[in-house]
Amino acid sequence: MVNIETWDISISAKNVDFYYGTFQALTNVTMDFEKNRVTALIGPSGCGKSTLLRMFNRMNDLIDGARMDGEVLFEGINIYDPKVDPVDVRRRIGMVFQKPNPFPKSIYNNIIYGPRLNGIRNKSDLENLVEKSLKRVSLWNEVKDILGRSAMTLSGGQQQRLCIARALAMKPDVLLMDEPTSALDPISTAKIEELIEELKKNYTIIIVTHNMQQAARVSDYTAFFYLGRLIEYNRTDRLFTTPDVKQTEDYITGRFG
Amino acid sequence: MKRRYLKQWAFFLAVRLSALTIALSIAFFFIFIFIQGYSAVSWEFLTKHPQDMMTKGGVMPAIVGTFYLTIGAMAVALPLGVLSAIYLNEYAKEGYVLRFLRVGIRCLAGVPSIVFGLFGLALFVVYFGFGSSIMAGSLTLGFLILPTVIGASEEALSSVPETFREASLALGVSKWNTISKIVLPNSLPGILTGSILSIGRAAGETAPIMFTAATFFTAVLPKSIFDEVMALPYHIYVLATAGTRIEETRPIQYGTVLVLVGMVLMINMTAIAIRSYARKKKRW
Repeated sequence: MVNIETWDISISAKNVDFYYGTFQALTNVTMDFEKNRVTALIGPSGCGKSTLLRMFNRMNDLIDGARMDGEVLFEGINIYDPKVDPVDVRRRIGMVFQKPNPFPKSIYNNIIYGPRLNGIRNKSDLENLVEKSLKRVSLWNEVKDILGRSAMTLSGGQQQRLCIARALAMKPDVLLMDEPTSALDPISTAKIEELIEELKKNYTIIIVTHNMQQAARVSDYTAFFYLGRLIEYNRTDRLFTTPDVKQTEDYITGRFG
Repeated sequence: MKRRYLKQWAFFLAVRLSALTIALSIAFFFIFIFIQGYSAVSWEFLTKHPQDMMTKGGVMPAIVGTFYLTIGAMAVALPLGVLSAIYLNEYAKEGYVLRFLRVGIRCLAGVPSIVFGLFGLALFVVYFGFGSSIMAGSLTLGFLILPTVIGASEEALSSVPETFREASLALGVSKWNTISKIVLPNSLPGILTGSILSIGRAAGETAPIMFTAATFFTAVLPKSIFDEVMALPYHIYVLATAGTRIEETRPIQYGTVLVLVGMVLMINMTAIAIRSYARKKKRW
């Protein structure tokens, strides 16, 4: 298991259980996430990795009939405390989804949508923010002349980078990525992976992926889930070369999953 | 010919005949109305008051009255309907309350229009003391089309992809802002289309306005929303049943029918135009 004594912890889950109605999707998950690192969550479909990810920005609140036990601490504060407003949590913990989901608005308006609703009104501030956010995801050169065009006209890979830029424009501390490349071609995937490498200098990134090579390529730590339980959590290089647990080895060598 | 081909041939024939019957009835209806009403409709007919016990003159006050009532019904049904639909589709949690509300709305849609008329008479005309007026008629018509407006709005709201809501909420945008900035703008064309189609129905209803707004004849146009008005459907009803010189008023009656059908068609065309424009712009 990982040695967390020297860690600067961003998010930690403590004894988390999660239920969809009567189905238990997560059982007693306890784990910490180090700041400014990339942590990958892997495991077969239905193992609970996406559910866990969506607990960190309280997106699971939207599901009727779901409930949880345990705590999720973000910078030491339990984000499931009744006094905490989920809107504030989501401002600091951004999310990128499986399918690129830009709004049917212009590229420019996609980026400024969140910041403007959070009180940034000054036009030059917003313009700077758009340029900075798009440069961060290396999309600026491709779209700087067509900022007024609908985001829906971009390619899938460009749309996904736009969605990352849109999340970054809110200046979050954490970026949650739910299989961000599963709908993309290999070239776009490579670009997003490069981007993740670049972004981890400033952001804590937690990424759910189906693709084990991707986890091995981009992450510092990897957690393997099976049937709603955390089976193994280790440095990525160790988990993929000398896993501690037999089930992990079976999964990464393709014996099931 | 093989037996199964015979069956197929018979079935296709039945299908074709059904479609043809509908098309022919509609064509017959429009041609009949047009031929009967065409000679009566003129510029004067559209701009003049009725004269000589309805045997001469035009139907201008009825056009104006129907116009006011339609606008009024829209003003009642659109906000109420859209807000209810937002509640049902975006806020309410699945459960007994929601199911009860939906059943209620469906029942409301099945209530005969004359019952709405009596309800309007009891509540708006008598209890609230609006009298027979544009106000009372608009409210009654508004409630009549409310279930349709709610239905159309709900459908439009639920056609906005869930991923848009997720994307917005995940950016730390509140639920209300997500609805007002993302969900509503993207469902507006659908809401408008459905609502305008229901307005076509409001324009043509007679029973709900019989006791609540419409009058047989007024010499002046309404000055406020508490005045009663003439209305096209009621005018047709009166000309067809209550006139003393039915033979002489018959051409005027068909002319009025033609005007009403034309108005409803125009309203529906507007809805279709909005819909096709929105479809062209839609990109998801």
